[in-house]
Amino acid sequence: MKTIGLFRFLPALTSFSIAFFIIFSPALKAQAPDDSLSTTSPDALAVSIAPPTSLVVFDYKYDDGEALELTWVPSVDDLPVVGKVTGYELYRSDNGGEFYKITELIPGSNNFRDEDLSTGVNYVYYIVALSADARAASVKTEAIQTHREWLNFNLKYLFLIALIISASVIYFIETARRGKKLFVRKIAGLEAVDDAIGQATEMGRSILFIPGINDMDEVQTLAAITILGRVSRVVADYDTKIHMPVSRSLVMTAARETIKASYMAAGRPDAYSDDMVHYVTDEQFGYVAAVDAIMVREKPATIFLLGSFFAESLILAETGNSVGAIQIAGTARPAQLPFFIAACDFTLIGEELFAASAYLSGEPKQLGSLKGQDVGKALAMLVILIAVILATISEIRPLETVRYVLDFLIQVFTIKT
Amino acid sequence: MKRNVPLAITFIVGAVLIFSVFIPPMENWGEDFTLFFDIIAVFAFFLGGGNLLRVHLTKLSRRKQDWPYSIVTIMGFLLMLAAGLFRIGNPGDINASLTEQGSLFQTIYDSVFVPLGSTMYALLAFFVASASYRAFRAKNREATILLVAAFIILLGRTPLGTIVTGWVPESFSILQIPNLAIWIMNSPNLAGQRAIMIGIGLGVVSMSLRLILGIERTYLGGDDK
Amino acid sequence: MTSHLMPPLALTLVDIGRILSLAVIAGGLLWLFLRAIKRKEVERRVIFLFIFVSVVAPILFPTVFQEKATPIVKDVFDKIESLPPGSVVLLSYDFDPAMAPEVQPMADAISRHCLVRGLKIIYMCLFATGQGQFTSTLENVIKPEFPDKVNLVDYVNIGYKAGNEGVLNVIITDFKKMFPTDVDGVPYDSIAVFKGIRSCKDLDLVISIGGGKPGIKEWILFVGDPGNVPIASGVAAVVAPLMYPYYPAQMLGMLGGIKGAAEYESELVHHYPQFKNSPTPALLMMGPQTLAHLVIMAFIVIGNILYLLERKKGRKR
Repeated sequence: MKTIGLFRFLPALTSFSIAFFIIFSPALKAQAPDDSLSTTSPDALAVSIAPPTSLVVFDYKYDDGEALELTWVPSVDDLPVVGKVTGYELYRSDNGGEFYKITELIPGSNNFRDEDLSTGVNYVYYIVALSADARAASVKTEAIQTHREWLNFNLKYLFLIALIISASVIYFIETARRGKKLFVRKIAGLEAVDDAIGQATEMGRSILFIPGINDMDEVQTLAAITILGRVSRVVADYDTKIHMPVSRSLVMTAARETIKASYMAAGRPDAYSDDMVHYVTDEQFGYVAAVDAIMVREKPATIFLLGSFFAESLILAETGNSVGAIQIAGTARPAQLPFFIAACDFTLIGEELFAASAYLSGEPKQLGSLKGQDVGKALAMLVILIAVILATISEIRPLETVRYVLDFLIQVFTIKT
Repeated sequence: MKRNVPLAITFIVGAVLIFSVFIPPMENWGEDFTLFFDIIAVFAFFLGGGNLLRVHLTKLSRRKQDWPYSIVTIMGFLLMLAAGLFRIGNPGDINASLTEQGSLFQTIYDSVFVPLGSTMYALLAFFVASASYRAFRAKNREATILLVAAFIILLGRTPLGTIVTGWVPESFSILQIPNLAIWIMNSPNLAGQRAIMIGIGLGVVSMSLRLILGIERTYLGGDDK
Repeated sequence: MTSHLMPPLALTLVDIGRILSLAVIAGGLLWLFLRAIKRKEVERRVIFLFIFVSVVAPILFPTVFQEKATPIVKDVFDKIESLPPGSVVLLSYDFDPAMAPEVQPMADAISRHCLVRGLKIIYMCLFATGQGQFTSTLENVIKPEFPDKVNLVDYVNIGYKAGNEGVLNVIITDFKKMFPTDVDGVPYDSIAVFKGIRSCKDLDLVISIGGGKPGIKEWILFVGDPGNVPIASGVAAVVAPLMYPYYPAQMLGMLGGIKGAAEYESELVHHYPQFKNSPTPALLMMGPQTLAHLVIMAFIVIGNILYLLERKKGRKR
């Protein structure tokens, strides 16, 4: 299969990127702050205010070679209330060309990041302090070029963590493919799916499937659509009615394809109709009003509320409860979980929503990916435990080494860009 | 072929988005893909709008159940569309801001859309009451703890909390209900939330890998080989 | 507890109204309580009726409670107090009309505070419908209360751009790229508020008002953290608990729900007595919130009585 080829390709990609890291790291030397300044003042007007001093320009690290950072010491006349300085103007010359103003800054400014620059161009800067009747310019900086870095070393720890978790997920998928049996705990909400559909069939009523109110770029919506795939397969087998009002056009298209494929697989493509899925509105509460109305009018026997929900979660779930439907809900938005738990029969909590499609498919490959998550969890637990112990120790007794390890851990789990 | 092209696109875009985080020259690629999505989503709106009209026009022409409501939907859709596109009643010309005061669009927005939205949202107050009436019952030890916590939070979010336990001396200020409510939110609640969030984060990673590697393909229309 | 200042006759009428409505609610609850002892379930619609009365009565007969700002709200207030005049604050209206009753008072109170302090405000929104909400602030706060404040000089509305966090990803490096003009088409470079502002990193404070997605979380992830920009927020009550993890390291303060808004309003009136006669919608809404909470608690008690009696009966069998 083509995909397995791609999938084999990933470890190679990862090792390639590690090699990249190692090879290019010497080239990542940052330009040292350069404060050798020329002595001519370009903007020599009558000086009744002091100019800014120590203008320094250096390359902005870990970017695509498009930014320089400037810092300076503000004019001594730049004081909070009695100061004479009304602002600053920053000038730049590209490749020895004429100086032109690139920005104006408010009093008290002492740094600026010049962006949208190009590599291979020599940039020279100077800054002018302004007052009501005078201008005072700093000396010019030396010519500087931007540097393109190939790897963002600020993110090395993030890369490492991502690598460990991804690698363990892939490792367990491979193990499962080779036929190793993996234990996955029972998820009540998913065990109930077949029964819930069965009940709707017996009662001759429909199934309502609500995939949240976000678009296809939300992974929860994707998770909902994958569950829809399994649900609609059973629905097609039982010949139950499924009704799916959606709030995004792309979700409508994807859901139709999914349901259609299920009906084809069940060997009854004639029973499928595009009207099973229809678009209502993108507007949150307009959508809620429509769905509530459908619930009250059609009295579905089973309602699935899976995906990304916001304030509408309880409105939908309570209405569903009032018409006596069996409700299976699931979301990865923690704020909405309490509402679903209070009003629905079964709730998939956070990660269970993502696990659902793997769980329902029963395919070893998919189940393996769940096992890989556990490595990430073990890692999280371990780090939390160590950090809590160390933080407690350093509270009781401020030891140098403990503080050092703790700082290191904080650094590892802080994302800088 | 029908499956392989989308799978390849998923793999390439997914991988590029991951690597663009770490490789500065690729930084903008991520933004570009986001932009692509937005452009596609905007065009997809025609699908949605078209579908809405089709569904309701069919309902209307076949006099299906509740067909009069379809008239309201279609009229609302067309009216708002026209008001926005042609700047009806807008004091400015065709280039004026859509939300100019006095324009038909803004008037409908203010006097129909806003109250309707608020009304739907306000239903929450009623549903919170009926849901908590059913859900907060001391069925077991855990449920009882939940019940007590709910009471403290409910009181703590009102001035009554301050009045009821205002007499508690400052040295025991944690026992004052508003502070107790903040403690519940900030400590036990937060701990639980964080655990759920870590689980969700890992779930997203595993789900994304399944999608990128093409193991999960239901969303492309079935998992048939 | 202080009551609204009203003419003597009206005051008595309001008082009578208050007493009457409280009596109705208390009497009704007592009746339900007695029914519960006889093991009679409460119907959903009865609960709805009680909530309706407990919300409407304090609106008709207003009662204002005094609020004391909790630290998380006070931090936002103090931050704005500490900014020197001329500083630039970005206020993002990340909400729609449905959320407005809860969060619009925050946006209005913060706008009022910034303007009285002489700060410049950039208004934008990540929700398309947020534009209409800004109009409400413009018409109800800025124009009537600050007639001397000039558009483009003291504040500017750059409106909505589609793209959710994508928008933030761009403005963290370049405002002009995403917002070449304000809503009225005035070019970026001729807007005085933007003098010296190239990206979000040049802002002195960003406040996101909302509760959905995109919202404060996106602001923190795409602007606050990467750009080291001070971020504060005002959010709907349901979202507030989820935002605590970001406070105070990544988010300097937060107004949570009506209660947070009410605390901010009373802090504002306390520091700036000139706002005494300005509307304080959040403070007024605390009345319904308090009564509704009490009614919900009463129903939880009734529910538990029913449950315990049922269980007892079950055991006897």
